Amino acid sequence: MIRIANGQGFWGDWLEAPVRLLEQGPVDYLALDYLAEITMSIVQKQKQQDPRLGYARDFPPLIGRIAKRIRERGVKVVANAGGVNPIACAEEVRRLAPGLKVAVVLGDDLYPRLDDLLARGHELRNMETNQPLTAIRNRILSANAYIGAFPVAEALSTGADVVIAGRCTDTALTLAPMIHAFGWQPDQFDLLAAGTVAGHIIECGAQCTGGNCQVDWMSIPDLANIGYPIVEAEANGVFQVTKHKGTGGRVTADVIKEQLLYELGDPEKYLTPDCCADFTSIQLQDLGEDRVRVYGVRGGPPPEQLKVSISYAWGFKAVGTLVYSWPQALKKAQAADRIVRERLAQLGLTFDEIYTEYLGYNACHGPAAQPVADPAEVQLRIGVRAPDRNAVDRFTRELIPLVLSGPPTATGFGDGRPPVREVVAYWPALLARDEVKTSVEVLT
Amino acid sequence: MKVRLSEIAHARSGDKGDTVNIGLIAYRPEDYPLLVREVTAERVKAHFGELVKGEVERYELPNLHALNFLLHEALGGGGTLSLRVDAQGKTFGAALLRLEIER
Repeated sequence: MIRIANGQGFWGDWLEAPVRLLEQGPVDYLALDYLAEITMSIVQKQKQQDPRLGYARDFPPLIGRIAKRIRERGVKVVANAGGVNPIACAEEVRRLAPGLKVAVVLGDDLYPRLDDLLARGHELRNMETNQPLTAIRNRILSANAYIGAFPVAEALSTGADVVIAGRCTDTALTLAPMIHAFGWQPDQFDLLAAGTVAGHIIECGAQCTGGNCQVDWMSIPDLANIGYPIVEAEANGVFQVTKHKGTGGRVTADVIKEQLLYELGDPEKYLTPDCCADFTSIQLQDLGEDRVRVYGVRGGPPPEQLKVSISYAWGFKAVGTLVYSWPQALKKAQAADRIVRERLAQLGLTFDEIYTEYLGYNACHGPAAQPVADPAEVQLRIGVRAPDRNAVDRFTRELIPLVLSGPPTATGFGDGRPPVREVVAYWPALLARDEVKTSVEVLT
Repeated sequence: MKVRLSEIAHARSGDKGDTVNIGLIAYRPEDYPLLVREVTAERVKAHFGELVKGEVERYELPNLHALNFLLHEALGGGGTLSLRVDAQGKTFGAALLRLEIER
């Protein structure tokens, strides 16, 4: 049996979680998931400004902090912290944690190869709109193929203490240790599907141990000290999900079900580069004491194409808010919205979208909400998006004047004008598997 | 007799591009057939009204006593394009639990 913990569900997750996972009980592998779809474009921009950057910058200091403990206990760290510059990430890890053996998984970064791929007839059409990539070629910021668990397992087989990947799938971070420890083969699809399901359960960190959980949430103990998840995996594909004893949170079958359904598409076709997992085959057994057994998982062969994550510069957006108090708070906010829109129209500015919400009234649930009749306050929230930065910038100057020139009782303007933000949009595409060749490089 | 979904089920929602997914899970296995019968894709689409511009798809997971809904064109463009406060659809699950069904 091997224990795989997840100590980071996204870049920005609780900094203490991985440290506590090592301090509070046994762990063999520590998986850390840093990459969201949008993260690649952020790190690509950082690399353009400084060629030594382009990775999850929280990661090397964390390894520096836990280096002594992982060396003493023989814990292996597996992370997709490499972003678009995994070698630079590894070098920084080596600087802050000298003596650790670091392996890097390469081959996911397609950005330098895009023109070659396009020239050879790979259109990289948008999976949602079917547009060819040439439509946005000069605005592309990053392009990465999702790679699976086998290249990550190969990196573990070098004996590295720390494995750094770029854009591998989130589930690969959990499946790779199983492939490495149990010798699972690329055609053992039920086993690969089981490891993929384990990865899906723990890839969002504490969201499978009681965080963001609707099941009797007020009774979930000690969220301040919530335990991050641990999978105890067997070679036959059966595993248990648990957390360290004495930590906060809760692991029950209901909690695991919520996470199994999270960001799920067709449950019979959960596709990765390694397999197609069937979520309708999953069986759960609640063993009590924060422990759930998962078994019965079936899988099939992976798709012929790999998913590619491309980001590109779309334009600009800004979101501004004002608060109106009782009485008629909603009517005041609606009147203010009309004024802003009229003034923008008089300026002749055009936007891709102007979107208005009334927080405290129905912003989250829309027509499904059952709003109170005359709320104590309502927050007016107006967002605009446009290719033209000047239009967005002008919008950011149109809210505060309403404090003196609009409906009464406006407040909540203390932060001044809202910032203009660049919009980096996401372009999902597919690419033939044999175009993506991975390799492993070891730094010692 | 009417019952509110929040009394018999729990939910979690998330995003994939401009699509929201909602996992709806019966607390008790015996209530799962009720969810299958009453919480159709059409009712979910009507419940969210103008928030969901596209189609609603439904998948069944009898092993987990759960339904999975995909609500297309539901996040104002999705991802970084969205201007909504709930740009990732995090609260759609709770919104679905407001629905009242015939027991």
